[in-house]
Amino acid sequence: MTPIPFDQAALVQGLCSILPELVVIATAIAVLLADLVLPERGKKSLCHLGIAGTAVAILAVLWLGPGRIDGFSGMIVHDGMGLFITLTILATALLTLLMGTGYSEWEGTQKGEFYALLLFSTAGMLFMAKGTDLMTVFLGLETMSIPIYCLVGFHRNRITSLEGALKYFLLGAFASGFLLYGIALMYSVTGTTKIPAIAGMIGDLRLYGNPVFMVGVGLLLVGFAFKVSLVPFHMWTPDAYQGAPTVVTAFMAAGVKAAAFAALLRVTLLTFPALGPVMTNILWVLAFLTMTVGNLSALLQDNVKRMLAYSSIAHAGYILVGLVSGDVAGAQAALFYLLVYAFMNLGAFGVIMLLAHREDDGYDIGNFTGIGFRYPVLGGLLTLFLVSLAGIPPTAGFIGKFYLFSAAVKNGYVGLAVLGVLNSAVSIYYYLRPVVYMYMLPAPAEVPVPRPPRTAFSLALCVSAAAVLVLGIAPRSVLAFAERSILSLLM
Amino acid sequence: MTGVALLDHHLLSVLIALPMIGAALLLFFPREGGSAIRNFTLLVTIAEFLLSLAVVARFDVAIAGMQLVERAPWIPQYGISYIVGVDGISLWILMLTTFIMPITILSTWSAVSRNVKEFMVFMLVLETAMVGVFLATDLFLFYIFWELVLIPMYFLIGVWGGERRIYAAIKFFLYTFAGSVLMLVAIIALYFHHHAVTGVYTMDLMKLYELTIPVNLQLWLFAAFFLAFAFKVPMFPFHTWLPDAHVEAPTAGSVILAAVLLKMGTYGFLRFAMALFPVAAADWTPLIAVLAVVGILYGALVAMVQKDVKKLVAYSSVSHLGFVMLGLFAFNLQGIEGAILQMVNHGVSTGALFLIVGIIYERRHTRLISEFGGLSKVMPLFSLCFMVVTLSSIGVPGTNGFVGEFLILLGAFKVQKWYAVVAATGVIFAAVYMLWMFQRVMLGKVTNDENLHLSDMNGREVAYMLPLLLFILWIGVYPQPFLRRMDASVNAFVTRFEAKKQASLAGSPAGETMLVRYFGGKK
Repeated sequence: MTPIPFDQAALVQGLCSILPELVVIATAIAVLLADLVLPERGKKSLCHLGIAGTAVAILAVLWLGPGRIDGFSGMIVHDGMGLFITLTILATALLTLLMGTGYSEWEGTQKGEFYALLLFSTAGMLFMAKGTDLMTVFLGLETMSIPIYCLVGFHRNRITSLEGALKYFLLGAFASGFLLYGIALMYSVTGTTKIPAIAGMIGDLRLYGNPVFMVGVGLLLVGFAFKVSLVPFHMWTPDAYQGAPTVVTAFMAAGVKAAAFAALLRVTLLTFPALGPVMTNILWVLAFLTMTVGNLSALLQDNVKRMLAYSSIAHAGYILVGLVSGDVAGAQAALFYLLVYAFMNLGAFGVIMLLAHREDDGYDIGNFTGIGFRYPVLGGLLTLFLVSLAGIPPTAGFIGKFYLFSAAVKNGYVGLAVLGVLNSAVSIYYYLRPVVYMYMLPAPAEVPVPRPPRTAFSLALCVSAAAVLVLGIAPRSVLAFAERSILSLLM
Repeated sequence: MTGVALLDHHLLSVLIALPMIGAALLLFFPREGGSAIRNFTLLVTIAEFLLSLAVVARFDVAIAGMQLVERAPWIPQYGISYIVGVDGISLWILMLTTFIMPITILSTWSAVSRNVKEFMVFMLVLETAMVGVFLATDLFLFYIFWELVLIPMYFLIGVWGGERRIYAAIKFFLYTFAGSVLMLVAIIALYFHHHAVTGVYTMDLMKLYELTIPVNLQLWLFAAFFLAFAFKVPMFPFHTWLPDAHVEAPTAGSVILAAVLLKMGTYGFLRFAMALFPVAAADWTPLIAVLAVVGILYGALVAMVQKDVKKLVAYSSVSHLGFVMLGLFAFNLQGIEGAILQMVNHGVSTGALFLIVGIIYERRHTRLISEFGGLSKVMPLFSLCFMVVTLSSIGVPGTNGFVGEFLILLGAFKVQKWYAVVAATGVIFAAVYMLWMFQRVMLGKVTNDENLHLSDMNGREVAYMLPLLLFILWIGVYPQPFLRRMDASVNAFVTRFEAKKQASLAGSPAGETMLVRYFGGKK
């Protein structure tokens, strides 16, 4: 066996392609090390360290630009789509950490490992979103998921937190199994795990009729469906989301979705057109079920956090509509929606974190009574984020939904678009319920005092609100960016 | 750019933006400064009205198409633009909006006492949205304004409304939203159809007008637009949200709802549903006309048995809007001009009626007819106003209502005389329920001692009633200035409608049944 020659240029190129991941991981390790030496009252600076590291990672991505960089002989790629989704994930992480400063203080998660886990998970998301080899995708998924299992159960004195973590872990482990088994089956037929290579072989080997291959793709889909909580693989979501520390819930809802949908997009865009209508039909049904079950279940919730958990399921369904469309328009609409969802979701969770004076029953909708006029800024912000989640103009949520559904109509899925808009009509009811409590019900004599937001926390809310409005009123350049990203993937 | 040049080139954009800017400035007012907030809002709405007079001044009667057009690319890669313009169809509805706003604001002086700041902010946002709906000629822009109307109205009903305000607010929001989301899908489908035919992505309404749409596609698109607008008008049997919303809304909310928001539905039919899908519109006319006539009679009969004055006025709206729909679907000059005029008339008269109900509600905190009686002796000035408005609502000659309803019946009679005959009985019913109500509230002896010492209208109340009375008589006696500015646009509409209908039907055999036309396999 001849030794593999050391190729320095290839190594540098590979390291370049994962520069933001490297920065995030280095930050995570630095946080862990600093945790050892810092005194108890200095732990706050751990979060600041994380914020700085994430900001540097964002700068690193911007420095890399949209040019394509293949790394590690086709295992991972930094391309236009990688750029877009990396920015989405890093923005999610940054906003989460900004909110984490305040949250940790109130809820006692001011620990080194809390931030380190968040950062490791972020790195996993980035790997997953940029993986062009199914093995990279799988490793990224595990790197993302395992820290999140821990984070969900971080409140180890709370039974809900532990219950959520255990459910998520057990089902997540199954999902990983499905995913891996799917990869194995696909490998057994094609002899490769590289996504573009597999896509290239479908036509040549007539794989669309091959049962082993189709089962492999199906299992892969099931694995992803667990992660983005598509119905009927969503059973863990409400409990995990409700039990997790709220700041983690916000992070999971936006970040995991972005990473998993990005990986799914890479697979579906390249392989599904060749696989014929079967797979698209399956996605169609999943999208319909996910939207409908998510929205109908959310109608019944009295806990705002749990309601947002079901709403997150519904939103996964909307995004899936973009994947059903299966063309550039659909994929770019999905990308755009992931970014929009990150802002409106983090914003909504951020405000309810301030309004709820304690975890668990602090999120009961009754606690929000009379908040609106007493605390106009918080009330107004929550209304803005909920209106955006509901998809009402002039917010980003509307533009996002508009593009998802117009992509569906364009590709002839008018029925799905109609079901989608009817679903948004249903969702209005539960998105407006907190508004009813905040503004319309008679205020009790004593309105609970919201937690005082720290500067970083306020900054996160301002950025989210500004993004929701700007993307709603002037979405032009970001839409163009999303389109270029998808085109780079198909080149 | 100097201020004058800005007004010169961007008059319509200024009209859209001004209330929104006012709302933004209001945010900086202290919450306690009630009277400063009220005066400022009044000032903004009056300024808006004065500016809109410039639109009338600059309006060219001879031009049928859009005037004062402004366009700017918005999301150019998808052919979405900011395009606004005004023509003879939208001119008077725009004027109605800017006219009714200061009146409404003035009516809230004593009625709205808590959270004045938020109330005024929502009123101003609402004005921007309403003006935007009537000026937008890009479908995407139109849809944005169309939905934007919902949020402030939802708050106005839900926060400042009566006992069952939350139920009414949610019902209002859900009904109208559910109706309009399907329109969104239809807009998208139309947009892609335009691309498929011409290779150009555009949401520009004027470009979409030029399209000849296959009849079976027209059917579906028309159905989606129909739902959105029928909920908004509201047509029988989509009207159930209206009585709830009207009864629970604060007076100002009811006035705006009746005067402007309902007009968005009828305006939408004229500007979008009928203009874009002529074959479908013509084919479904029998059904729509029958629903309109049923609405006229049903609204009138239900109004007759109401115990609550406000509910009576709400059901009378269903009846009046039935007339407007009947006029629109006559598809001739008289019918459509009558319908547009009647939209304005209904805005003025029903707006005035809600204000009148508000005036007695503020004094007695009840709206039950049985609580009143003989008020004319106690409140002579009020009685005079009420009488004029009642007569206008009935459509007595010399008032605005007569002109509108007469033209509508004329137009309908030319097409299908039975509609006109049956609808005309609606006028008689209107006389019954309005006069009977007037008699029980105003005439006779004062039966309830609480009514003995009610104060008559004060200066502020006279100040906002007077302009309404003026227009009731002006349109009633000399409607020519109003009709003249519609002529060119409505004539062009009728001509284009017929031409487009013929073009869409080219190749269809004569006497083709609707079943074959829409579902009869591929052509």
